[in-house]
Amino acid sequence: MSWAVLLALCATSYALKAVGPLLAGGRRLAPQVRRTLDLIPVALLAALILVQTVSTGHRLVIDARIPALAVAAVLVWRRAPFLVVVLAAAGTAAGLRALA
Amino acid sequence: MPEPRAYYCPMAVVVATPPSRIARDAVGIGIAVGVYGVSFGVLAVAAGLSPAQACVMSMLTFTGASQFAFVGVLAGGGGALAAMAPAVMLAVRNAAYGLSLASILPRRLRDRALLAQLVIDESTAMARAQDEPRAARRALLVTGVSVWLGWNAGTFAGALLGGGLGDPRSLGLDAMFPAAFLALLAPQLRRPGAPAAGAAGALVAIALVPVAPAGVPVIAALSGVAAGVLVARRVKR
Repeated sequence: MSWAVLLALCATSYALKAVGPLLAGGRRLAPQVRRTLDLIPVALLAALILVQTVSTGHRLVIDARIPALAVAAVLVWRRAPFLVVVLAAAGTAAGLRALA
Repeated sequence: MPEPRAYYCPMAVVVATPPSRIARDAVGIGIAVGVYGVSFGVLAVAAGLSPAQACVMSMLTFTGASQFAFVGVLAGGGGALAAMAPAVMLAVRNAAYGLSLASILPRRLRDRALLAQLVIDESTAMARAQDEPRAARRALLVTGVSVWLGWNAGTFAGALLGGGLGDPRSLGLDAMFPAAFLALLAPQLRRPGAPAAGAAGALVAIALVPVAPAGVPVIAALSGVAAGVLVARRVKR
């Protein structure tokens, strides 16, 4: 992983945070704009979930990640703590792969 | 204390509070985020970052979902530039937070520049829950510092731990990414239009996986936002 890209990401994320505090003195976003911005992470996270569950590189793959995600979904629904959700998913995938 | 799982948006559980409560809540949130930082450290190293890179990223980027997305795309075989795009788009909401907080920040430019780094989900939520500007500024600072310390301590521990773990796949680490994203996504699905935005984004992305370069499918998922806006508009009328 290149340091240049990593530092570019650091600079970009700081710039995004600083736009308001440094340039726009107390201006507010229109509710319409804010609601639209709120949907950006939703679309991206949903895509990341599906892509990282059922694909490897350019291939669509069905493997232990699907039952792992199902376990995670139940735990999220049951309001389990973040770490429990993540570890249970890893444990499910690891367990199934060990059995296979 | 706010529930640890409300990582993305603890707004629902934060109410207006006296200074001692602000500090106590902030420490609670910091610890919760620290635990979360451990999983980031482990995954970052598994995705090919050096422990030093993982730590620098947490110190300077300091925005959780973006960092997870970045290492997630790397782990999925995408290049560094392909990993940048979704990470940056996920950080766009911090700009919205910064704009909403600008009016409560101190006047001195240096103070504003420093506080800007602390503008994230948790600190914004705590600041917004306060009635008056001084309390809001305090909440932003205390929560921001607490989360920053927790996140970086966690990343450091996770990065050291992750190096000695062995094959990421046999440990199920690849399954941790979607689970982490699901935990981040779930509390946001109540927003108007969110289910439509998520479903459309996910479908566009998966349809592109076989044909588009790595990282591009997730960026193309942004088109799902349009579906969400349309649905939200229709529901309102």
